[in-house]
Amino acid sequence: MPTFVHTDKCDGCKGGSVTACMYICPNDLMKLDTTRMKAYNQEPDQCWECQCCVKACPQQAIEVRAYQDFVPMGGAVIPMRTDSAIMWTIKFRDGEVKRFKFPVRTTPVGSIDPYAGKPEAGDLKSPLLFTEAGKTLPTI
Amino acid sequence: MSEASFGNPEIVEVKTDILIIGGGMAACGAAFEAKRWAGDNVKITLVDKAALDRSGAVAMGLSAINTYLGEQKPEDYCRMVSADLMGITRDDLVFDVGRHVDDTVHLFEEWGLPIWKTKETEGVPLKDGGKPVRSGKWQIMINGEGYKTIVAEAAKKSLGIENIIERCFIVKLLLDQNEPNRIAGAVGLSVREHKLYVFKANAILLVAGGAVNVFRPRSTGEGNGRTWYPVWNAGSTYAMAAEVGAELTMMENRFVPARFKDGYGPVGAWFLLFKSKATNGFGEDYVVKNADMLADFAPYDKAAVVPTCLRNHAMLKEMKEGRGPILMQTPAAMAKLAETMTPKEIKHLEAEAWEDFLDMCIGQAGVWAGMNIRPEQTPSELMPTEPYLLGSHSGCCGIWVSGPEDLNSPADWKWGYNRMTTVTGLFTAGDGVGASGHKFSSGSHTEGRIAGKEMVRFVQNHPGYNPALKGDINAIAEEIYLPVRNYIEHKDKTTAEDVNPYYILPRSLQQRLQKLMDEYVAGVSTYYQTNAKLLEQGLHLLTMLKEDSKKMRAKDLHELMRAWENYHRIVTAEAHLRHIQFREETRYPGFFYRADFPNLDEANWKCFVNSKIDTETGVWTCFKRPHVDLVEKHYGGQKH
Ligand SMILES: Cc1cc2nc3c(=O)[nH]c(=O)nc-3n(C[C@H](O)[C@H](O)[C@H](O)COP(=O)(O)OP(=O)(O)OC[C@H]3O[C@@H](n4cnc5c(N)ncnc54)[C@H](O)[C@@H]3O)c2cc1C
Ligand code: SF4
Ligand code: SF4
Repeated sequence: MPTFVHTDKCDGCKGGSVTACMYICPNDLMKLDTTRMKAYNQEPDQCWECQCCVKACPQQAIEVRAYQDFVPMGGAVIPMRTDSAIMWTIKFRDGEVKRFKFPVRTTPVGSIDPYAGKPEAGDLKSPLLFTEAGKTLPTI
Repeated sequence: MSEASFGNPEIVEVKTDILIIGGGMAACGAAFEAKRWAGDNVKITLVDKAALDRSGAVAMGLSAINTYLGEQKPEDYCRMVSADLMGITRDDLVFDVGRHVDDTVHLFEEWGLPIWKTKETEGVPLKDGGKPVRSGKWQIMINGEGYKTIVAEAAKKSLGIENIIERCFIVKLLLDQNEPNRIAGAVGLSVREHKLYVFKANAILLVAGGAVNVFRPRSTGEGNGRTWYPVWNAGSTYAMAAEVGAELTMMENRFVPARFKDGYGPVGAWFLLFKSKATNGFGEDYVVKNADMLADFAPYDKAAVVPTCLRNHAMLKEMKEGRGPILMQTPAAMAKLAETMTPKEIKHLEAEAWEDFLDMCIGQAGVWAGMNIRPEQTPSELMPTEPYLLGSHSGCCGIWVSGPEDLNSPADWKWGYNRMTTVTGLFTAGDGVGASGHKFSSGSHTEGRIAGKEMVRFVQNHPGYNPALKGDINAIAEEIYLPVRNYIEHKDKTTAEDVNPYYILPRSLQQRLQKLMDEYVAGVSTYYQTNAKLLEQGLHLLTMLKEDSKKMRAKDLHELMRAWENYHRIVTAEAHLRHIQFREETRYPGFFYRADFPNLDEANWKCFVNSKIDTETGVWTCFKRPHVDLVEKHYGGQKH
């Protein structure tokens, strides 16, 4: 299910040197064509269809088209993500549409304060992790 | 060096106390834990080939946390892991993960990961007594699309963004030139700029995930990227550790998951949550039908849950004898549930079934949409995938590490710091640690935390260590950029640059590797069978492939990364091959068969197979290490 980019929607992230899709793809697939200022997938057969780039694109310019070596044509799976939830639209080959919405996070993005209210570092020689201060660990 | 240009990178030196290689679950755990113990006196640097928010196996998300003990004991966890992996695991390492993992899961929830609760305890955090919805004895359900972004945020906040380098692919580790068998640094290429990073460190955590695309995938074209495990984990962990002489363990083990055909979507929730059955093409339950055949692998066939490889073994018999396709009977399962559920509850259940895909294998949703498959109407085909090498999921290949000191384990299981490899100062976790599978996302993060704390202890016990890198940095830079030189020198000699007698494309090299591993080292085309003769020929071909890797070309930085990924795949493949060659029995039927030794041989082979490269001569040796159980194991009521 490699990604493709709608020519009319991609604005090349307004000329930034690293686009949102390039920044996020775990496999370094999305590439900006600097003459047209449009992004494309440079190795479609190495795409894991994780949709990380699709979710990150500010223009909703990226979609995924199912792998043609085993999926019949016509279906689509499209995410719309906010900071707290994701909405999925699934279009079947025969035209039926299903929608699902799931939460993605219970706290505001950027709100994690990892050490707030946590124990200080204790005894470096004990097998306890710092958040386990005061616990007794089972042994064998 | 003069101004950087393609083929002439700028060399950037970074000195740090602790270097974390990778940005996945284990790396994020290590960052969080190590920084607390390190305070401001110990410098920690993390490098990831991708972007922390969406890197590693959890990039897409997950729909379950597969390791959460709750009321259960670490001893029981050791029993389950051992049984699924046919008896050969390190109880000390598994127990250690088991006794710490719940604390980590509580942190995930606090940071914002939505964890499902039973109706009675809705809204109550796990740590305050909330009861998770379990999809199995050890698994709990989550809304996990954002799992990695949450864990990454905590890691970034802990370390500080200035200590994280993204899009840097580590190519090799470097030993110390004065102290034998001592880690001193690492070299990596930037995938964005013409820069080569040279790291000098006191301790290094190598957590670059497992290995995918070592074997020819079942897919024939565009779908090559739709591997089950993440296509971007290229065996860097195993290859780089092996090349500095770290001892590997159980590299013969592999994972061949049976998944929904082609899309490789998860089946766990269908089996465990929806109580669905899988049958052959004629409606027969093949695990029940072939129970007698599994008795050849006693006592493991009598484990509380039949080991994954034995279930594959039963499935493969049906496939080989022509009784396919294997089908997940989803309509029957949904109909059965509908007998006791309201239509509203059914609708909810259907959403859960889709979420299982959408949270961690969106491609499978695409397959169902494209094929008009509705689980309440149409059964779906299952298929065992191509083999993957990993140490944190239902597999246990990896690096041999020192375990916790406070457990009753043999002395040669705890020679150093917890999770340190046999190379002084080099640590690992997650997919990197061998002989202890079933850690999954939560256990890998936990293991990263354990290693993170121990690295700080190591650094404090080695104050004033001044890394002196073995090898000439300019020569290493030349070696890493060789594919670029190959390209620049030869590209104009033919009219179409992709077909050129002077170099090989990283893509072609990968295809050659995949074909030979498939045909000689028990891939899908031989129904996972091999023998001594095939392995000998496989090694011969692999050796020539390794020689040819010096002729890879790279036309840009992206292809340069691909070149080195494939080099890592070759080294990992060699470890896998050599271990299979050494273990003269069939311990994991359904994952692979030694056709010349088709039986389980408890008397001779209930031991670890370890291996090591001599860093001076490059010679690879395999050897046995004794196995002991620290926790008593039972099968069908019998001690074993
Ligand atoms: C399809 C699928 C389903 C799964 N389902 C579940 C589940 O339901 N529940 C569960 O708990 N677990 C599940 N897991 C398992 C879980 O994801 C892994 O156990 C865990 O992510 C392993 O952690 P790790 O840190 O070892 O590797 P990863 O998380 O994969 O991290 C590896 C990191 O190394 C980086 N890297 C790789 N090579 C290099 C290099 N050369 N230089 C620099 N960086 C590099 C990568 O970019 C990445 O950041 C699943 C995994 C997959 C793939
Ligand atoms: S993120 Fe979207 S808009 Fe930006 S370059 Fe990529 S496809 Fe174009
Ligand atoms: S779907 Fe995933 S692998 Fe494919 S291009 Fe987008 S981010 Fe990369």
